Amino acid sequence: MKDSYVTPDGRTIGGVLMDMRGITLRFGGVEAIKDISFDIREGEIRAIIGPNGAGKSSMLNVISGFYHPQEGEVWFRGAKRPTMRPYDVARQGIARTFQNIALFEGMSVLDNVMCGRLTHMKTGIFSQALWHGAAQREEVENREAVERIIDFLEIQAIRKTPVGRLPYGLKKRVELARALAAEPKLLLLDEPMAGMNVEEKEDMSRFILDVNDEFGTTIALIEHDMGVVMDLSDRVVVMDYGRKIGDGTPDEVRGNQEVIDAYLGVAHD
Amino acid sequence: MSADFLYGIEVILNGLMAGVLYALVALGFVLIFKASGIFNYAQGVMALFAALTLVGIMEGQVPFAHMINAIFGTEIHHFGWHVPALLAIFLTLCVMVAFAWAVQKFVFRHLVGQEPIILFMATIGLAYFLEGMGDLMWGSDIKTLKVGLPQGGSRWIEDMTSGLGGDDFYGFFIDKLDMVATVVAAILVMSLIAFAQYSKQGRAMRAVADDHQAALSVGISLNFIWVLVWSLAGLVALVAGVMWGAKSGVQFSLSLIALKALPVLMLGGFTSIPGAIVGGLIIGVGEKLFEYTIGGMIGGATENWFAYVLALIFLVFRPQGLFGEKIIERV
Repeated sequence: MKDSYVTPDGRTIGGVLMDMRGITLRFGGVEAIKDISFDIREGEIRAIIGPNGAGKSSMLNVISGFYHPQEGEVWFRGAKRPTMRPYDVARQGIARTFQNIALFEGMSVLDNVMCGRLTHMKTGIFSQALWHGAAQREEVENREAVERIIDFLEIQAIRKTPVGRLPYGLKKRVELARALAAEPKLLLLDEPMAGMNVEEKEDMSRFILDVNDEFGTTIALIEHDMGVVMDLSDRVVVMDYGRKIGDGTPDEVRGNQEVIDAYLGVAHD
Repeated sequence: MSADFLYGIEVILNGLMAGVLYALVALGFVLIFKASGIFNYAQGVMALFAALTLVGIMEGQVPFAHMINAIFGTEIHHFGWHVPALLAIFLTLCVMVAFAWAVQKFVFRHLVGQEPIILFMATIGLAYFLEGMGDLMWGSDIKTLKVGLPQGGSRWIEDMTSGLGGDDFYGFFIDKLDMVATVVAAILVMSLIAFAQYSKQGRAMRAVADDHQAALSVGISLNFIWVLVWSLAGLVALVAGVMWGAKSGVQFSLSLIALKALPVLMLGGFTSIPGAIVGGLIIGVGEKLFEYTIGGMIGGATENWFAYVLALIFLVFRPQGLFGEKIIERV
């Protein structure tokens, strides 16, 4: 494969940003992920799909440092990544959302999104405690960046609302806003459309495409709704029972017999 | 104005000032409980330890003097210098931060994800360890804390108000130390709230209090935040220790002030900073007023139990406290 290419809709896909090599993850005797390798290229939307229990979320947790694989290597931006705590991964520029929404329920939407900027705020604790020049400047700058994202995702109306009071669909969007606020090099979305109705799904798809288009953010997402994924992504990894059973463009994957079997079930004679 | 009415006001004022100190101790609990779910039984002992350390540093006491003397047969007790109060307070604060770091590094880091009861037991162990440590380092005799805080009733206020209620009223008796304590505690509480509300670390603190996983995902180190809240609790303990120590001497019963914070927490809710303040004020005023109005009829000394009875009543009708998060079990 060439180092970079242009998609039919005119976006440039760059070189390899993240490379997973031979990842194996075990919980006691259970192998959640079995020797999986795939890569994520700069600027692309990469989907990981598979039936329930296929190990998709585990894979995302490996990328974001919540789980540590027993075997295999994670390469990020051309360097092998040592075993890292999740907050170090976040500081490297990998932001994520969660399947079951992990927001700060007691805080306002604005505060939640501001938390996404923490990796960009460098002033120390004493400067912050005294609230002198640098700390104040930094707050204003980051606040501006946050306001842009709030505009972008059309959540201005609920800026001051405590997140706990929001409906599910909006919470998902706030979570996306918080991840986006970090200006990540790689954005991980864990089932961004789970539990949404058709209209909300369309909204979310549009936002994902816009984010990729506008900021050039590389996105890796997990979904089990095949239809949405096929429309959205450039390349798809298909997992089943912890193994990789397919990898390629949506069209290639759709024609793969093993994938069809995994999704539709296969008659055992 | 009748003298009775004016005495009532005086009681309320004194109650408010006592209440601010209760609130201060309760605040130490709330900080740690919110951020890590640990009910820190050692908070009172931390106040004692901070006060002991402060006196020890100011007086130029040699730490572990008894142990050193027993082992080496020497006779050292003092370095022979006196450290000025402000410097000593700063040094004590450094000790409390070091303590916070050590607690996190050697105890709670290894207990992440354990049941709350296990964390609670660990803090009980910590309390006794710290009490023994204070004894070993600074000795067990009662010490007086002289940081230059004023003592006794304010003559000025008494003179100014003595004409208000006719011949039966001799003016408000307000303790100067109480006034200073109130002002200091109020400033401390307000700056803690401002810090939590507006600073970057404060935002991270609130984030950790809300959701550990989400906090990790935005790049917050839980360990750092936990050391931070233990340090802040240490600061609160130091201030509380200084105020109570200046009032009644630095002695080992000082650690019992933690028990006064329990009803405050039940009233205000374990997770609410405003709750700790309002709870403290209600308990402070409540117990003084109760003693003043009803105490005399039932034999007095009601201050010992009034707060607990009030807390019990609260537990029955509003278990989450005034400001606490309501516990809703979803099925």
